[in-house]
Amino acid sequence: MKIENTWCPGCGNFGILESMKRAIKELGQNNVVLVSDIGCNSKIVDYLNVSSINSLHGRPIPTASGIKMANPKLKVIVSTGDGGSLNEGISHLIHAAKKNTDITVIMHNNRLFALTTGQYTAVSPKGFKGKSTPYGSIEEPLNPLELMKVSKASFISRTYSTKIDYTKDMIVEAVNHKGFSFVEILQPCPSFFDTFKFYNERVYEAPRDEKLINEWDYINESKIPLGVFYKEERPTYEDEI
Amino acid sequence: MKKDYSILVGGQAGQGSRKAGLIIAKIFNRMGYNVFIHDDYQSLIKGGHNFSQIRASQEEYLTHRKKADFILALDNKTIEKHKTILNKDGIIISGERSCEIVKELNGSRIMGNIAMIAIFSKMIGIDWKMLSNVFKKEISRDIEKNLEIAKKAYDETKELFKIEKLKDKANPLLTGNEAIALGAIDAGLDIYSAYPMTPATSILHYLAEKRKTITSQAENEISAIHSIIGSAYAGKRSMTGTSGGGFALMTEAISFASIAEVPILIVNSQRAGPASGVPTYSAQSDLLFTINAGHGDITRFVASPGDANEAYSLSGKLLNLAWKYQTPAILLADKELSESTYEFYSKKNKKENELLWNKKGEYQRYKITKNGISPLAYPGQTIVKSTSYEHDELGYTTEDGDLVVAMQDKRLRKFKEMEREVDKIEAVKVYGNKNSDKAIICWGSTKGAVKETAEILGLKVIQVLFLQPLPTKQIKKHLKGINKLISVECNSTGQLSILLSQYGIKVDKQILKYDARPFTPEDLEIKLKKL
Repeated sequence: MKIENTWCPGCGNFGILESMKRAIKELGQNNVVLVSDIGCNSKIVDYLNVSSINSLHGRPIPTASGIKMANPKLKVIVSTGDGGSLNEGISHLIHAAKKNTDITVIMHNNRLFALTTGQYTAVSPKGFKGKSTPYGSIEEPLNPLELMKVSKASFISRTYSTKIDYTKDMIVEAVNHKGFSFVEILQPCPSFFDTFKFYNERVYEAPRDEKLINEWDYINESKIPLGVFYKEERPTYEDEI
Repeated sequence: MKKDYSILVGGQAGQGSRKAGLIIAKIFNRMGYNVFIHDDYQSLIKGGHNFSQIRASQEEYLTHRKKADFILALDNKTIEKHKTILNKDGIIISGERSCEIVKELNGSRIMGNIAMIAIFSKMIGIDWKMLSNVFKKEISRDIEKNLEIAKKAYDETKELFKIEKLKDKANPLLTGNEAIALGAIDAGLDIYSAYPMTPATSILHYLAEKRKTITSQAENEISAIHSIIGSAYAGKRSMTGTSGGGFALMTEAISFASIAEVPILIVNSQRAGPASGVPTYSAQSDLLFTINAGHGDITRFVASPGDANEAYSLSGKLLNLAWKYQTPAILLADKELSESTYEFYSKKNKKENELLWNKKGEYQRYKITKNGISPLAYPGQTIVKSTSYEHDELGYTTEDGDLVVAMQDKRLRKFKEMEREVDKIEAVKVYGNKNSDKAIICWGSTKGAVKETAEILGLKVIQVLFLQPLPTKQIKKHLKGINKLISVECNSTGQLSILLSQYGIKVDKQILKYDARPFTPEDLEIKLKKL
């Protein structure tokens, strides 16, 4: 490791880092380019020995699209958070999915802004008490997988940060998928939103079934399915342009 | 008397007045005249009032005249609006007869412009063979019907005089935006990504049509600029284009490209602001905004062309400079430059190679060097770490105070080199009476009217091509012996004067215009004489 890791002890990102290390080993270090956002998740570029560009908040997806357009041989992976991709940069997420840009977006979903010390995002549950909503958030959360489905993403999946090899396999499958792939990784934040127990009690590895996208709506306390829920082959943006 | 004709053709949007203007310009172009077209159109699709003013002259002029010798009126509004600019002995051709001919021959309404051109051409003694050849080249649909209409209109019109042919050679005609696109292509442009915004949109159209680059329409301007940052990081020469509003959205990314040292070229074609302003009209009110775009202590290259030939050479120059110095460069155009049509003759741009890594040892993207320039490598070749954060030589994030200073100093050394570069190249041009003790200083498309008027009045003209780094040595050299310095700009606050004052250059008088229309030589002459 070239520089000191500054994530909090017990951060869900450690699991994702380990999965990424293993995934990159399988994918081939030289062909991978990692593009990151701003936020705890995006520090991952400093902890991995791969080509990377740390973009601005909300903007790694267009940066990644530009890289893929310039050199289609590269395997381009975006590391972003729920804040970056569903708040600041939601339009880019939707359009990259619609265009079927051949990149993989890994959304580290801790369901809040952590690096700015705890404010609600588009996926925080209603009633979430953060520093900007001390009496509880008044907004309903989005279901990002549902959003990806209507945005025509050609690969939609969810995993959980503690499942290292399961997540690794999913990342490899997503990167090897020809077209836009979206991987949501549920990532507890022990400092501001500790969801370990909540997820441990609810997640299960599910078969491929599009309908499962709606099983958990980020509000209810139902079971939470993990897996690749949707996958289709269609021409990519880079194929057609 | 030198030949110098001014023709106005106007009508509703959808009547093809712009196309008519272009065809008339091509006719004069084939007769060996220098031509310039100014297009005036409203922000609407059908109806309203659009017009083109064509200047056809023996000498090269880079602007239209206020007055017209011919008014070709596709509708009555054209006559009402413009009859006051008709010269004594000038001729108005009204659209009624054109309409009748189209109806008689069962043509479609838009063909009225072709009938009008045929009537005008016959009046000035243009040979039918040449005219029909121009039509065949310029009309893509229904050529048979168009020619039938044109022939009838031509045959029934009386010749008033025979316009003199000047030479056989005709240069191609290009708009400023087309020249920008071509200039960048010749300097190695690979990728263009943009979101439509007047008056930059025709760059996107032109490149999409040409297919010499990957051309991509992004979901917004923020996406467009980040996309080209990605492409340039991956080693491809990339450009975007927009106008003030879209450029405002791009400014955060300019700062990113600067610290990440990613070479990008941005075309900012100004229109009349603030905000949505007067969207299809011209202004030069984003100078100070552009040279300050992006947070943090950064220097960009900013240059502004005064005509299509300069647009071609500067877009290529800036693309090469962006890659030489790994930094954002901005071509500051304006509606008048972008959408006016000029005679084009320069074609010398070449791709200049960037400084590449020698492939020895571990690659350091931000290697600290004497001149601040670190060799480039691209992902796929080796590990290339780039970032919007402050970083060490390898590209890893840092918050260490000493390293922050070392990296900023590295970039400051590079900015200093950029200043030296501007000192070495032709960053300022001089025209008019070089011995005069009165000079006009200007930038951008205002050059056309300024140069022409100064030549009439015997004044010196200093045109500033590079606005950042500002070529102060060159400007000061040309100011020797000048007692009175007058600035001419299309904005209301005198932004060039403000910029010059920061370098101790005092402008004595300002001529400012902010009605969203460019200067004409006639107006400028009156204003200069009053000073």
